[in-house]
Amino acid sequence: MKTKELQKHASSIRKKIVTMVYDAQSGHPGGSLGAADILTTLYFEEMDINEENLNTTARDRFVLSKGHVSPALYAVLDEKGLLKEDLKTFRQINSNLQGHPNMNEVPGVDMSTGSLGQGVSTAVGMAIANKLDNVPYRVYALVGDGESEEGIVWEAMMAAAHYNLDNFCVIFDQNGLQIDGNVQDVIGPLPLKEKAEAFGLHTIECNGNDFTELKAAFKEAKKTKGKPTAIIAHTVKGKGVSFMENNYAWHGSAPNAEQYEQAMKDLEEA
Amino acid sequence: MAQETRNAYGQELAKLITEREDIVVLDADLTKSTKTAEAKKACPERHFNAGIAEANMMGMAAGLAASGKTVFASSFAVFAAGRAFEIIRNSICYPNLNVKVCATHAGLSVGEDGASHQSIEDVSLMRTLPNMHVFVPCDQYETKAVIDYVADIKGPCYVRLGRGKVEDVFTEKTKFDFTKVKVLKKGTDVVLFAMGLMVQEALKAAEELEAAGISTSVINVSCLKPIDRKGIVKALKGHKQAFTCEEHSIIGGLFSAVAEIAVQEAATPVYPIGVEDTFGESGKAKDVLKKYGMTAENIVKVVKAKNKKK
Repeated sequence: MKTKELQKHASSIRKKIVTMVYDAQSGHPGGSLGAADILTTLYFEEMDINEENLNTTARDRFVLSKGHVSPALYAVLDEKGLLKEDLKTFRQINSNLQGHPNMNEVPGVDMSTGSLGQGVSTAVGMAIANKLDNVPYRVYALVGDGESEEGIVWEAMMAAAHYNLDNFCVIFDQNGLQIDGNVQDVIGPLPLKEKAEAFGLHTIECNGNDFTELKAAFKEAKKTKGKPTAIIAHTVKGKGVSFMENNYAWHGSAPNAEQYEQAMKDLEEA
Repeated sequence: MAQETRNAYGQELAKLITEREDIVVLDADLTKSTKTAEAKKACPERHFNAGIAEANMMGMAAGLAASGKTVFASSFAVFAAGRAFEIIRNSICYPNLNVKVCATHAGLSVGEDGASHQSIEDVSLMRTLPNMHVFVPCDQYETKAVIDYVADIKGPCYVRLGRGKVEDVFTEKTKFDFTKVKVLKKGTDVVLFAMGLMVQEALKAAEELEAAGISTSVINVSCLKPIDRKGIVKALKGHKQAFTCEEHSIIGGLFSAVAEIAVQEAATPVYPIGVEDTFGESGKAKDVLKKYGMTAENIVKVVKAKNKKK
């Protein structure tokens, strides 16, 4: 897919994200906007997911380990035409669009996530299953840089490397921010590349908001044999909305009417 | 004969893994202790060691189950149910995935390793999780039947197994129905509900109590969840007093499970025999069990004391 088309999809996905969080007056817009380009590349370029194979495991799968950016996942499934649910019901009572995604309620959600660190561990299990079944499908997991403070992330890296899971690709979404501020001020999980390398993964650094770089990174990951790949994707939290960019205050808060209008204007112009 | 329940588990799992291609076994550096080494020997390509990383083992188990595998994941009870609790909650039970957490070395009977390794709260932790099934078999035959049974359940299960040898209660020919509690001995005055190695103690206690003129029933509760509510109510109503016997904290385990039913359905008082709100300690298993009251002798003592008051 041409970069221009990917950009169009990403822009539409970002509007859906902001609208969902605005409608619910609850949710996590910052990380969702930052990761939107990564998810767009995966769902419109890399993964073989479609209407026919949606409810099966006979396809590439994606685990949103940073489950709080569920608006990005729901929005990309909606943009793909794979989502039955109304985005307006996000975080409302009786909705399948839970605050953190539930795999049994939304086809296309490949794992229930939300408790940080666990998703990447489950993705390793899926990759082992694919190896056992001798099927070519790949497993992707998106982990936050703040999330990588959870020890289980590194337990999972150790296992992925030990079992030579070259069908496994973890994407570290390095936006540099977490709830309490700059990741380096909070506890200092960086550098991720050197850590992942030391754990035995092939590593690639790229701009996580640049489609050309993302496509190249995924291509290299796919070509890498004998070991799993970690893509350290540098992103801008809140990307596309002027007042949300690089501001940790927008990790988990919803815009008011005026801010919503401004956000949609920013995204229209982008 | 006497046999460790963990040994029976190892044997049955080795059989299952060769019979069924959907079965995958995970362990966390304790294969010789948990006895999953038997399954590894039988089918090395479907046995994975997670290393000393119980949290990740449970996460991997969830991912394998989400890919259609029937996963058995083993470690000591204190690490499986304790350390990995929140992964079992959020990545296994919430998505209702097909993982069998088979935890060995449960309870005080771990012995010499002491309190850090004596899980007295695992049944309590596992019982509180939605979607989770909880089993506590009492001997080798029941263990094998439980392992076969959970392998056919679609969803998360917890099986509590012990380290030491326990006398047989059943035989190779026993037919098990885990939807019902099993009446092992029928009396009229008091009923002893027991789980795990306390079943053997309850049976011994019942003989002594009979001799002392207290007609005693013994009921094996090996499926703690979903529990046979009807069977428990029937037993409660048929006796003047009820006692629960467990190698587990009296908070959240068998006592709680029976009492939760009793307060709603029967006037029969229920008294706990189990680990009081305290940690265990090092010692030979039989010495630790004796000190903390996990013996037929103590059951007799408690039942007689409560009977006198009547």
